[in-house]
Amino acid sequence: MRFELPSLPGGSAGLRAELRAFLAEAGRDWTPAVRARSWMGFDREFSRELGARGWIGMVWPKAYGGHERSGLERVVVLEELLAVGAPVGAHWIGDRQSGPLILRRGTEEQRRKILPGIASGKLAFCIGLSEPEAGSDLAALRTKAERVPGGWKLNGRKIWTTNAHLSDWMIALVRTSPAPEGGSRHAGLSQLLVDLRLSGISIRPIRDLLGEESFNEVTFDDVLLPEDALLGQEGAGWAQATEELALERSGPERYLSSLPALTAGVDALRDVPGADVAVGRMVARLNTLRGMSLSVAGMLEAGEAPAQEAALVKDAGNDFEQRLPEQIRALLEPEDMPEDLRALLADLTQLAPTFSLRGGTREILRGIIARELGLR
Amino acid sequence: MRAIILEQVDRLLAAQSGAAALRRLEAGEWPEELWEALEGLGLPLLLVPEELGGIGLGWADAAAVWQVIGRYAAPAPVAECMLANGLAAAAGIEPRGGFSSFGQTAPFGRFAAQLLLEPAPGRLALHAPGAATPGQNIAREPRDAMTPGPLLAEGALPNSHGPRALRLGHALLRAALIAGAVEHALALAVDWANTRKQFGRALAKFQAIQQQLAVVASEAAAVSVAVSAAARAVDSRGLEGASFEIACAKVVAGEAAQTTAATVHQVFAAIGITEDHELHHTTRRLWSWRDEGGSERAWAGEIGRNTLAQGGAALWPDITARDIS
Ligand SMILES: Cc1cc2nc3c(=O)[nH]c(=O)nc-3n(C[C@H](O)[C@H](O)[C@H](O)COP(=O)(O)OP(=O)(O)OC[C@H]3O[C@@H](n4cnc5c(N)ncnc54)[C@H](O)[C@@H]3O)c2cc1C
Repeated sequence: MRFELPSLPGGSAGLRAELRAFLAEAGRDWTPAVRARSWMGFDREFSRELGARGWIGMVWPKAYGGHERSGLERVVVLEELLAVGAPVGAHWIGDRQSGPLILRRGTEEQRRKILPGIASGKLAFCIGLSEPEAGSDLAALRTKAERVPGGWKLNGRKIWTTNAHLSDWMIALVRTSPAPEGGSRHAGLSQLLVDLRLSGISIRPIRDLLGEESFNEVTFDDVLLPEDALLGQEGAGWAQATEELALERSGPERYLSSLPALTAGVDALRDVPGADVAVGRMVARLNTLRGMSLSVAGMLEAGEAPAQEAALVKDAGNDFEQRLPEQIRALLEPEDMPEDLRALLADLTQLAPTFSLRGGTREILRGIIARELGLR
Repeated sequence: MRAIILEQVDRLLAAQSGAAALRRLEAGEWPEELWEALEGLGLPLLLVPEELGGIGLGWADAAAVWQVIGRYAAPAPVAECMLANGLAAAAGIEPRGGFSSFGQTAPFGRFAAQLLLEPAPGRLALHAPGAATPGQNIAREPRDAMTPGPLLAEGALPNSHGPRALRLGHALLRAALIAGAVEHALALAVDWANTRKQFGRALAKFQAIQQQLAVVASEAAAVSVAVSAAARAVDSRGLEGASFEIACAKVVAGEAAQTTAATVHQVFAAIGITEDHELHHTTRRLWSWRDEGGSERAWAGEIGRNTLAQGGAALWPDITARDIS
């Protein structure tokens, strides 16, 4: 594995300043609950606003509603949004993985039909990978699509699909032909673009431990999809999903989920004995993770495919963002916390277990690193 | 240029280092032959500008070389000499031949041809070595208390290096050596896990072993990135201008040293505890180097005090304001 710090493009300081001015205004009324959820939060209004300002689909060609900016400029935007815990979930998946996948693997028609909608913040995507019997062992998935005249017939069930109940489209990984007898389970899988308004689709929110409806069970019952629902190549679904996961795992949201609590914590910890060393350790890690994350962004920008590096940074980043609320809690009694901080920690404490699950668990990521080390 | 030097150093150390050489070093022998070869590469003068007879490379190059040296458990104190000569030259002091050490508790001070001190903030003084009272760290590397001899030369550092250049340079040096040592410890452990069999299979096949070593790999990446970021910051803003990045690097290096040493010893188990095995040369250095040039506690305290003084709203803007484009 290789990590090399990229240089940020000239002008990124200006872009940051623009974002900060905008966010200071737009985020005035964001409650701790909004900031704690950040990229899990869903606010179409806000996403449209960002789209109108050219901050979604930034790197895509203009022909598809993009802005032809560099990947590192895009990271500047992501960082600034996450640093204040902006509710970016309505466009996050589309911008991060569904859009790039369509751009790379989609037909010209699919690109023209969908990408401008994502870039303007109007189309929301969700991720259709996990199933009841296929979690870490994704290749065990059973949802299947059969060819029928004029298209595909889809049957099966996806689960844990974040914000499916609020989204327009799903990219689903499904079986389109049986796994060859004695052969690889990775064969015969394909990705489909599923319009969530189609009949036969039922989306049932699953209440989470916060008492909220954030993820869903999505059932497909003889759903008829058009011919052009196929994304990329039939049978190449596993390879495409692997590409998608590399995009899913490589961004700054994998270490910044708790940053709002550190920002608030710093003010509350000022006069707490011993807080200096503890805060210094957190800041040293934060700055270092940022360097690691930017290295991955630099490799992506250079056209490389740093899947292993991304897995490593996600694992290290999840560890940081997961421990952060606990470290602040270790320094301050609840009754000594300002209300804002207490509210942030209350939510982050309940969200933190998800950090090392969503997008691939800690154990799976470490398995990827171990394979890269030559241990498997 | 950097790539060529890195390759030369790597090749030289691969040939002339190893457990036997480290054992002699720890027994108090000066590695004469290796030193001559390192001088032959011009390494002590790597950070010295060409007009003063050096190679004129920068801190990012130096840190990369230090990382290679760390991979070989530093079989000669050439990293220390590079730092002393580089800083002396930055203060306008012409470098001299032989081994230069630095500080009141000088690495390998008993072998020094000259000793660099920082008598006042921002001023450097090169002394004849004077008397050395022998001491050592737990890696059994000489750390000698010095009574400096006559003053040979002195000079002022440029402002960008600030009032505590030796401490900052030393912290960066130790962090870079730790980066290399962590990599080496990991490589040894991976190799052992693939070699040693229990319950009829290689240790590497046990998931508990895989998962622990994956964490060490993360730490190796973290230190390496933190060190590169710090060295790059020194090239662009001088030592004091890079104090935040250097502090981060030393904190992360110190934490990584602990995790790495503990984990690799667990993977090697009893064989790794033996004197005969090479592992301890690296792990004892990890435990020593994290304390030298400022512990992670000291540097985290500095970062934390600054962060707390600036307030939460400044935290993220301050970090991003340090970007180098
Ligand atoms: C908040 C949240 C949002 C999510 N959003 C989405 C989404 O939008 N779309 C989507 O497709 N999925 C989503 N997921 C699902 C997520 O990808 C899965 O939870 C994850 O892949 C793990 O699958 P699982 O929950 O079935 O756990 P399992 O696979 O059953 O794992 C249970 C435990 O066993 C461990 N384990 C499993 N296999 C191994 C192994 N080989 N070696 C060692 N340990 C192992 C795991 O690491 C874990 O600790 C979301 C999950 C969460 C928590």
